[in-house]
Amino acid sequence: MAKIYIDGKAYEVDPNKNLLEVCLSLGYDLPYFCWHPAMGSVGACRQCAIKKFKDEDDKQGKLFMACMEPASDGTRISITDPEAVEFRASVIEWLMTNHPHDCPICDEGGECHLQDMTVMTGHTYRRHRYNKRTYRNQDLGPFINHEMNRCIQCYRCVRFYREYADGRDLNAFAAHNHVYFGRQEEGMLENEFSGNLVEVCPTGVFTDKTLKEHYNRKWDLTASPSICHHCGLGCNIIAGERYGGLRRILSRYNGEVNGYFICDRGRFGYGFVNSQKRIRQILRRGDASGKLEPVDKSTILKHLDKNFSKDRMIGIGSPRASLESNYMLKKLVGENNYYIGISGRELKLINLAIEILQDGPAPTPSMKEAEKADVVLVLGEDLTNTAPMLALALRQAARQKPKQKIKKMNIPEWNDHAVREALQDEKGPFYVATSQATKLDEIATKTWRAAPDDIARLGFDIAHSLNSKAPAAGNSDKELKSLIEEIAEALKNAENPLIVSGTGSGSEAVMRAAANIAWALCDSGKQARLSFAVQESNSMGAALLGGQSLENALERAQQSKTEALMVLENDLYRRAPEEAVNQFFDKFKTITVLDYLENRTTERAHVVIPVGTFAEADGTIVNNEGRAQRFYQAFRPDEVIQESWRWLRDILAEKGHADAKSLNGLDDFSEALIKEYPFFKEIRNAAPPAGFRIAGEKIPRQPHRYSGRTAMTANIDVNVPKPPDDSDSALSFTMEGYFGRPPSSLIPFFWSPGWNSAQSINKYQTEVGGPLRGGDPGRRLIEPSGNGKISYFTEIPEAFHPQKDEWLIVPVHHIFGSEELSVLSESVSKRVPQPYVDLNPGDAAQLKIEEAKEAEIELAGNVLRLPVKYRNEMPQGLAGLPVGLPGMAMIDLPARGKISGAGK
Amino acid sequence: MEKPLTKNIQPGKGPLPLNEYEKAGGYAAVRKALKEMSPKDVQEEVKQSNLKGRGGAGFSTGMKWSFVPMGDDAPKPKYLIANGDEMEPGTFKDRLILEGDPHLLIEGMIVSAYAIQANVAYIFIRWAYKQSALAVEKAIREAYDAGYLGKNILGSGFDLEMHIHTSVGRYMCGEETGLLNALEGKRATPRAKPPYPQVSGLFGKPTIVNNIETLSSVPGIITHGADWFKDLSHTDDGGTKLYGVSGRVKKPGLWELPMGTTVREILEEHAGGMQDGVKFRGLLPGGASTDFLVKEHLDVRMDYTEVSKVGSRMGTGTMIILDDKTCPVAFVKNLEHFFAQESCGWCTPCREGLPWVEKILQSIEDGDGQPEDLDLLSMHSKYLGPGNTFCALAPGAVEPLQSALKYFKEDFERHVKEKRCPWRL
Repeated sequence: MAKIYIDGKAYEVDPNKNLLEVCLSLGYDLPYFCWHPAMGSVGACRQCAIKKFKDEDDKQGKLFMACMEPASDGTRISITDPEAVEFRASVIEWLMTNHPHDCPICDEGGECHLQDMTVMTGHTYRRHRYNKRTYRNQDLGPFINHEMNRCIQCYRCVRFYREYADGRDLNAFAAHNHVYFGRQEEGMLENEFSGNLVEVCPTGVFTDKTLKEHYNRKWDLTASPSICHHCGLGCNIIAGERYGGLRRILSRYNGEVNGYFICDRGRFGYGFVNSQKRIRQILRRGDASGKLEPVDKSTILKHLDKNFSKDRMIGIGSPRASLESNYMLKKLVGENNYYIGISGRELKLINLAIEILQDGPAPTPSMKEAEKADVVLVLGEDLTNTAPMLALALRQAARQKPKQKIKKMNIPEWNDHAVREALQDEKGPFYVATSQATKLDEIATKTWRAAPDDIARLGFDIAHSLNSKAPAAGNSDKELKSLIEEIAEALKNAENPLIVSGTGSGSEAVMRAAANIAWALCDSGKQARLSFAVQESNSMGAALLGGQSLENALERAQQSKTEALMVLENDLYRRAPEEAVNQFFDKFKTITVLDYLENRTTERAHVVIPVGTFAEADGTIVNNEGRAQRFYQAFRPDEVIQESWRWLRDILAEKGHADAKSLNGLDDFSEALIKEYPFFKEIRNAAPPAGFRIAGEKIPRQPHRYSGRTAMTANIDVNVPKPPDDSDSALSFTMEGYFGRPPSSLIPFFWSPGWNSAQSINKYQTEVGGPLRGGDPGRRLIEPSGNGKISYFTEIPEAFHPQKDEWLIVPVHHIFGSEELSVLSESVSKRVPQPYVDLNPGDAAQLKIEEAKEAEIELAGNVLRLPVKYRNEMPQGLAGLPVGLPGMAMIDLPARGKISGAGK
Repeated sequence: MEKPLTKNIQPGKGPLPLNEYEKAGGYAAVRKALKEMSPKDVQEEVKQSNLKGRGGAGFSTGMKWSFVPMGDDAPKPKYLIANGDEMEPGTFKDRLILEGDPHLLIEGMIVSAYAIQANVAYIFIRWAYKQSALAVEKAIREAYDAGYLGKNILGSGFDLEMHIHTSVGRYMCGEETGLLNALEGKRATPRAKPPYPQVSGLFGKPTIVNNIETLSSVPGIITHGADWFKDLSHTDDGGTKLYGVSGRVKKPGLWELPMGTTVREILEEHAGGMQDGVKFRGLLPGGASTDFLVKEHLDVRMDYTEVSKVGSRMGTGTMIILDDKTCPVAFVKNLEHFFAQESCGWCTPCREGLPWVEKILQSIEDGDGQPEDLDLLSMHSKYLGPGNTFCALAPGAVEPLQSALKYFKEDFERHVKEKRCPWRL
């Protein structure tokens, strides 16, 4: 620790921090622009000037930039020194010479860091009496709006986009007071994390274009702490509502999970909540009309009661529904009649991940821990497309090993550009073995392209090379053997090795191989970590809750007499082949579907129950690291739309189920779940209970400046409606309540006096960039057994051999396209590719199929005609088929199929 | 008097080809250093010579070199870079060497690279110096052919690859870290120091950036010794110096003179005094980014220490003269226009402050000045000072401004009061 003096007051601080970080962590209001806690200092904006004194006797002092000075022992500074105060006001004055002062029409207004800093420095009177410079803006695609005139040239955008996220198509152009941030040519921003520019930009240059469609000020949004439902990582988000519509998504800081950022799928995928396809009424298929017709609640409950008999009933759960909802379905239909709505293959993979993480010695990292890995091996998973934020974390990990040398050079880690100059483009050992090219290849030391079985064999041999107790696959190819040795050597020399795989490649063997590698490292005394990507928001939770796969349900329906089917938040046509699902549905007299969007499954339903999306519901979901996290409704939808778990309670209660009647708030449901499945006991600590109060008050979802409450519905009734009660959480739907810092898992928005922008996060952390006060949200349910025993996997697949006239067709994932919900957002839908098939150009030449011409693919009883994309890196004998794209048939991949030119 | 920098330069004639340069004693320093001296010896000799950086900052060259990590553990490769981005207004001294005697520079660079054990050298030349680039390119080729460059130079075991880089040309590239970024293909913005380039320079490796004139002074020091070099000077800063004069003098030009020659001698003897009909009002001693000197300073000796004592800097040592027929406000406005335009746009005070200064000066000059404009100008000269901005560009830019406000204040006030430029008809 170092002792420093701020305006005469002594503090013990961390000497590895800079003075700006130290001042902010101590609660001082020191303005800044270019520094960002995740990106460090570059000293560009000169806003954080302080006076620094040589020693006790130095009364004169000199101006320094706090962000560029280490908090070394004995440092004496003044924030309040008149010259420092005046200089900071001058910096704002300079920035304002060209700023358009268009706050009233600027989307950033009210949550603008530039506004906050202007007020903080006290600059008020404009002395610059000349014209302002102006720029042309660019159309940057469906996500981001561009308004360059507002720019204050802090360089944060390019630093995030290019240096942090490794994007290429945003840059700084021109010089002097005409520096321009944009693309070389107008067009869509390509990087998957572009949406973070909205929060990284301290003013309104980059704003959320989707918010513009239905704009509201931050202070007019009713917001809730929520969890992203668009992949399995569980990034923390803030969902903001007004007038019954979800207006936007922001990242919600969680030091262990997503830090400051989220991906574009998570930020812009919310449009489905407001979709025209939303089910907003209870629907029952009319006996006469054969069409779905609205009915009221009591009618439907009676109707369902009549049609349900437990022993003739099947319930299908969902990996995108909460633990509580799945649990309630299980309770309704009975353990034996409950099936997790996940395909057999995928469920096996998820269960395998759970087994590996619970039984083996290797812990799974949070994303923050993943960022700190110094050697990374990715096996089989295209992370940018299946777990985007994990890919972003790994991009930071690639710099860990090279960063070790900056200590020797006496460069502090926060001195970002000095670190980058010292490191240049140097990356640590980073290996990617996948079936097709991935975006992470660009930072990889080496990449290897092979069929899943061969990737597994590579992995098994790496494990064997690390520890001879792990079985070898016995690869004999010389080049491959040297790669195996190279990777093993790198892992051996790592301090924090990380093996990453996932369910995306559809291969158990690959995941087992990944486990063997991590275990072999643990066996040799290394603290190796192992991470598996899963595909959906509650894949882990649903699997942990237990149950058989969808295929088992399909089989059962064929074999035994069942009458009623209840499907929870699940479109089965995305999970099993069309023919099988059709046959399955044909077996039932009554099909009840609880869901929020029309889809092919609801089309087959006799009864459709409207349930809340993540934005209208509370619940608990479990991410890929086994972290249980609570999400809360941002708004109460029309009365008839309820959480699935609440609907299922109503149905149970109608049947006279005594337990069900005692279930009222969310906590009751969680406790009931815990009682039956004690494994989940920690979920009660994932967030405070509904009865939690601070000073007797709830935590308001609305800022105290929320406006229009008395006017919003005045066209209907001049009386202000009573805000809904929230019996499920300690949050209220009002602007009244406790206005201090809420517990970390109950933060509906970040705000602090004088800090209206997202930068106010500083005030919620124990220290800047550190954990939230009270600890980062979420509770981990999975930890390694710690019994020290390692039983290596021994099932090693045979090497892959290309077959004449037959291709192994592997799944290709798309960040924009493969996920069910986000594609229904208008902005995301503009990024979704058309279906295609990937082929090695050599294979395509043999088949005489030119690029972009159609191929005919015979696969699992389907015949697809798709344009061919040449992929140089696709191994021969393999073909790639995008999964989950709208309109594409569900095909269980990988699978073998035939390909021919469609011309024949 | 000896003129080690210009002895081979004959007006109207091109540079000496290699054989003639050798005949005139050229490359003796390379032979001596590589064969008889250790790198440390060379560093020590240069340190003893009191050679100070001729780019304008006047930092001891030997001292600068001493921060380079040496020995087998030192990162490799190390780089030596000759800064030929001569863009300081009124300055054309490096050009004389580049065009007139490129082998002198190359010889100096080989010795200097040896001293810090750099194996790669770049000569960074401003794009407009086309003639210089041609001359240097030819000389490098000759030096390679003769074995002064490349592998195992003169059998010493020392390797040096030398490249020429003609830059796109920004004032910022003259700042050594801006130059490094430009050389790496990045925007020519400066870098934060520390770390200094000696530790983390070009491509993150130890790097020395020296001015052309500095490097060209090195062969003499090695061939004749540090004492000889010190004896060339009138003052404590060693060697000779290229002094230049531009403005309304009888014989504008550039001369190699002993370091510490007085302003008066340069102005009156070498430049022939003011032209008939104009009177001296002041001068910028070393390029646009130095404070004005006025009549009372004419007997100041031009070196790094003495000029500082009277509130300015010697800078590049090439003076710009202000006469009484030239409006000082317009004079300064022209300079500020240059600096505002050359600001790289990285830090706020420079990027936004300098254009504001320029606009204020323009309006004063146009008769639209307000009394409070002078306070704003003073505010800028104060807050664009050293340490407040990211690099030295803005502090340099306000040096002529602040001193003009000091010495020619009445002229500024007259503009504002009379709402016109008194120099305009």
